[in-house]
Amino acid sequence: MSETSFSDAAAGNGAATEAMVDVRSVRRTFQRGRTPVPVLKDLTLRMEKGEFLALMGPSGSGKSTLLNLIAGLDRPTGGEVIVGGSEIHRLSERKLAGWRARNIGFVFQFSNLLGALSAERNVAVPLLLTSFSARERRRRVDIALEIVGLSDRGKHRPRELSGGEQQRVGIARALVNDPMLLVCDEPTGDLDRATSGEILDLLVALNRDHGKTILMVTHDPVAAERASRTLHLEDGRLADCGHDGTVVVPVHEPAGAAV
Amino acid sequence: MRLGSFLRQCQAVTRYNLETIWERRAVSVVAIFGIAGVVGVMVAVLSMAAGFRSVVTGQARDDVAVVLRSGSTGESDSILNHQDIQVLWEAPGVARGPDGPLVSPELFVIIDRKKIGAGTDANVPLRGVETAGFALREQFEIVEGRNFEPGRNEVIVGDGAAGAFEGLLVGDRIDVGRTSWEVVGRFTAGGGVAESEIWTDTRVLQAMYQRGNSWNVALVRLRDAEAFEGFEAALTDDPRVSLGARRQTAYMAAQSEPIEVFISVVGWIIVVMMSAGAVFAALNTMYAAVSSRSREIATLRALGFSRLPVVVSVMIESLVFGLIGAAAGGAASWFLFDGFRAATINWASFSQVAFAFEVTPELLVQGTTLALVIGTIGGFLPAVGAARRSVVGALREQ
Ligand SMILES: Nc1ncnc2c1ncn2[C@@H]1O[C@H](COP(=O)(O)OP(=O)(O)O)[C@@H](O)[C@H]1O
Ligand SMILES: [Mg+2]
Repeated sequence: MSETSFSDAAAGNGAATEAMVDVRSVRRTFQRGRTPVPVLKDLTLRMEKGEFLALMGPSGSGKSTLLNLIAGLDRPTGGEVIVGGSEIHRLSERKLAGWRARNIGFVFQFSNLLGALSAERNVAVPLLLTSFSARERRRRVDIALEIVGLSDRGKHRPRELSGGEQQRVGIARALVNDPMLLVCDEPTGDLDRATSGEILDLLVALNRDHGKTILMVTHDPVAAERASRTLHLEDGRLADCGHDGTVVVPVHEPAGAAV
Repeated sequence: MRLGSFLRQCQAVTRYNLETIWERRAVSVVAIFGIAGVVGVMVAVLSMAAGFRSVVTGQARDDVAVVLRSGSTGESDSILNHQDIQVLWEAPGVARGPDGPLVSPELFVIIDRKKIGAGTDANVPLRGVETAGFALREQFEIVEGRNFEPGRNEVIVGDGAAGAFEGLLVGDRIDVGRTSWEVVGRFTAGGGVAESEIWTDTRVLQAMYQRGNSWNVALVRLRDAEAFEGFEAALTDDPRVSLGARRQTAYMAAQSEPIEVFISVVGWIIVVMMSAGAVFAALNTMYAAVSSRSREIATLRALGFSRLPVVVSVMIESLVFGLIGAAAGGAASWFLFDGFRAATINWASFSQVAFAFEVTPELLVQGTTLALVIGTIGGFLPAVGAARRSVVGALREQ
């Protein structure tokens, strides 16, 4: 099952034992008018440090909801969410904001860049929440832009960049604080096949060469195939699945049982 | 949240908002125009009141007493006879000039003249003065032609009156009843209310209006401002006369008050109504500004920015609109109205007073304050709304 995915990553992280993400019996129920709509039902998930995990599932199955819980954007109705050792379901909203700034890198479906700012100023936005010196910020922006291969595009406004380039800037912004976990919600959902491939190459490289732990939501099997492991979300619960998208074994145990 | 981080966040979000103002100019311009309109009207109205006040009270002095028959409220309903004037000559505290006591008995009648532009008739004061009348108005100056000669049917016309009414230029003739007066000069008087009047020789005017040896008012120059109390007490205690004295400053302020209040009340009603409109325009603009940026705000918050800097930055943006509006409105009223000449009725004498709008720095400060209040109200609800919005919800919207 998941071991095959790991071999793809070839980062030698297979021996990692410390869980990056530990989601325990999480429930998330939304209120639609008076009716409670349970989206996640007693969901358990474990993700190791250094993993590149793809989360698949039909539209509306709750992929984004789960990702938001793990990224500390949302809080569960019940259960525990432990990320990098922090019990983030216990944090106040204010504390969560600070926690996100330090620990999470976000890549959105639409790059969500600030239109009035140049690429490099977009990348620098998360650094405004730190106390780094101007010099250190500059250095980090340069590194992040270099990693995504846009060193020469720093002065351009988002609208002067192609969709793929915009998404790269978004990834650079997610990297600039050197977060422990990169969360990507359909990062290729808005891109054509070729550009998607480039973005996925970049994510794979980040995972393999830079040791980044990545959680990626996608409904594209081709994208999921690039990850080291794929989980399938259906009916509020998780199932492991193979790369062809078919469910191999429905699991209710932590998926990280491979450890 | 540490203060440093808070300030950095505020600065970053605010800076971003302001950098994008130009791109959102189409929506922003409505709010700015609304606020500019309010400020412009407010400054214009108050500058009108200020201009009126400064004309009426500007030349008034503390060491000049206005003497009327006791019980009279203005010059028109007051009569002074020869004995009254004699008592004033001898009263304590009266200053003396080369020709004797500085007491100026004056006659005051009203004639009809057509207003320039409007074409309608309006009341113009025609004042009969003697030598002391010029001595009492130190700023009096003939700027065109010459002074009238005593005993002749000649008049001189104040600068304000000459500009506001037809047929009052030097060389024109004024026909009143069977008499014809020649305009022989134009004068200024330091911008005071006298400039709205026509002056002639008292004796000629008395004869023509069959006033015998009577006057309406006497202006009395005192030795100094402190002499007033003694002077007034002496008049009140004198059994031969029934006269009332007021300081010229107090008298003129009382004269200008009703019209000032009228201008201000009408003006403020307009300003308040316009302000309500401007608040809605500002609200609208800020709601649009916030909703057009809801994704960006949500992104910033996802990245770890907190709510308060979002509120602060939206408020600052709204206040900046207020300031731009204030600057535009203030500048417009300055260029359009400062020095703009107008005439209004002086209710006390029912005559016209010509004056110029005065856009003072204080008025501009008041206008700016109002603009900031409008900006605060207009920004607050949208700012709070933006901050309360759930990040996840805002991100879900495409
Ligand atoms: N903030 C919310 N309020 C109400 N319903 C929500 C909210 N977020 C998600 N949902 C509902 O939860 C379900 C799962 O949504 P989502 O996690 O976005 O699905 P996916 O990302 O898999 O397409 C959907 O039915 C959606 O309508
Ligand atoms: Mg989704």
